[in-house]
Amino acid sequence: MDRFTWSNGLLEMNETLVIQQRGVKLYDGEDKECCIAIPLSQIIYFEEQAAGIGKSAKIVVHLHASPANKEPGPYQQSKFSYFKLSFKEHGQIEFFRRLTEELSQKRWESTPMSQPIPTATNSQTGRTRAVGIVGIERKIEERRKETEKISQSKLMVKAKEMVELSRSIANKIKDKQGDITEDETIRFKSYLLSMGIANPVTRETHGSGTHYHLQLAKQLGDILLAPLELLSPEDLVNACKMFESLKQPLRLRIFDSGVMVVQLQSHSEEEMISSALDNVTDKGSLTAEEFAKLLGLSVLLSKERLLLAEKMGHLCRDDSVEGLRFYPNLFNSQA
Amino acid sequence: MSFEWPWQYNFPPFFTLQPNVDTRQKQLAAWCSLALSYCRHHKLYTLDIMEAQESPVFNHKNIDRKLSMEAILIVFEELRKKGNLEWLDKNKTRCLVMWRRPEEWGKLIYQWVSQNGMVNTVFTLYELINGDDTEREEFHGLEDWMLIRSLQALQMDGKAEVISMDDGKGVKFF
Repeated sequence: MDRFTWSNGLLEMNETLVIQQRGVKLYDGEDKECCIAIPLSQIIYFEEQAAGIGKSAKIVVHLHASPANKEPGPYQQSKFSYFKLSFKEHGQIEFFRRLTEELSQKRWESTPMSQPIPTATNSQTGRTRAVGIVGIERKIEERRKETEKISQSKLMVKAKEMVELSRSIANKIKDKQGDITEDETIRFKSYLLSMGIANPVTRETHGSGTHYHLQLAKQLGDILLAPLELLSPEDLVNACKMFESLKQPLRLRIFDSGVMVVQLQSHSEEEMISSALDNVTDKGSLTAEEFAKLLGLSVLLSKERLLLAEKMGHLCRDDSVEGLRFYPNLFNSQA
Repeated sequence: MSFEWPWQYNFPPFFTLQPNVDTRQKQLAAWCSLALSYCRHHKLYTLDIMEAQESPVFNHKNIDRKLSMEAILIVFEELRKKGNLEWLDKNKTRCLVMWRRPEEWGKLIYQWVSQNGMVNTVFTLYELINGDDTEREEFHGLEDWMLIRSLQALQMDGKAEVISMDDGKGVKFF
């Protein structure tokens, strides 16, 4: 995170204290290190990352590229263009609110730039100033040259990372396996931001949220069998909820466990359960993994089907150190 | 005569407490029936729960399955609710198993008494359960505590009266 500059912590002229919060850790991207100060003008956008088990709530702040005249800071280079504030002792809600306010007011645009306090003190002010300005100008020129050299290779590294991430997400969607982690979503958004896409979710370009979802829902019917676009999970779910009203032959199904699945309307529950029962009866018993292999489905999906059949009373379970195995429910069928 | 295991005994899911409520009901009914018939066959009237967990009933070594302690306690609770089991201690470590309830025993005893025209006779308790006459009866070898309860049940019905005699207790049937 090379956007930070050193600061003595005192307020400059025209700066006011907005909010101070204890117990906030600053992470350079994914690295957990303590840094010092960053001007609000550097922020493109920020978002909340909810707390989880063993994880505190975070605010993720995405930033513009380093300006050429940036003062030296704790890091000259960083592979990340965002940092995270981790709120160990709460306060993230208020912090988020104040940050939102400040970023909409953009007070820094209407106040004169404060002069950084010169660290070098020489005898004659006049001569010092000249030296100082020349020194700064030289530094700007040097840094510009450096930046040009670095940015090519940086771009290549960034591009490679992004392609890998996109591929991983696309594969996950295709195999319907697992969830796209929040971290991955944030990293992906960050890459898009650094390419100049201000709001990667593109809600704004398609009108209001609802309109966007409607459009998406219409397309999803065709898209699902073709190579997938990259969507945020929330958008996908919201679009899927609209299938019925749009007369699409698809339905969003939510299992008891919370797992959500998109399935063809013709895929009735009855058929699924009776076919599951047939498979299990045929083999005597099946684990979720064995069933998955048999049907060419993900383990997650096959487990849900087996659990559903169990819930309907067609299957029963054998739970031992050998694992979880499903049998036809002979308790029901046999005397 | 060797004990005949029910089909469920060789069915691995029998040893997993079923989450489906309806399935579980059927499973528990089968367990109650198995536990009682096993105790009846081996004439077991009391059970120690730790021993029970290792007994062949709840631990089927051939298929490498055993019923968990949690499930055993659930089965025993079902038995208790049906009147077939009584805990001997608060910690639920030992229990009385009544694979035949006192009322049922009373009925059997009374049947034998009346079939043999021995109504209005006085029996000592010893005679009833250990006498030569009753050797072929099911209640032969019945434990004292169970016999007393059975007779008490008959007494409530007005079919018998327990009397104290010089050297113990006796019963008269009406």
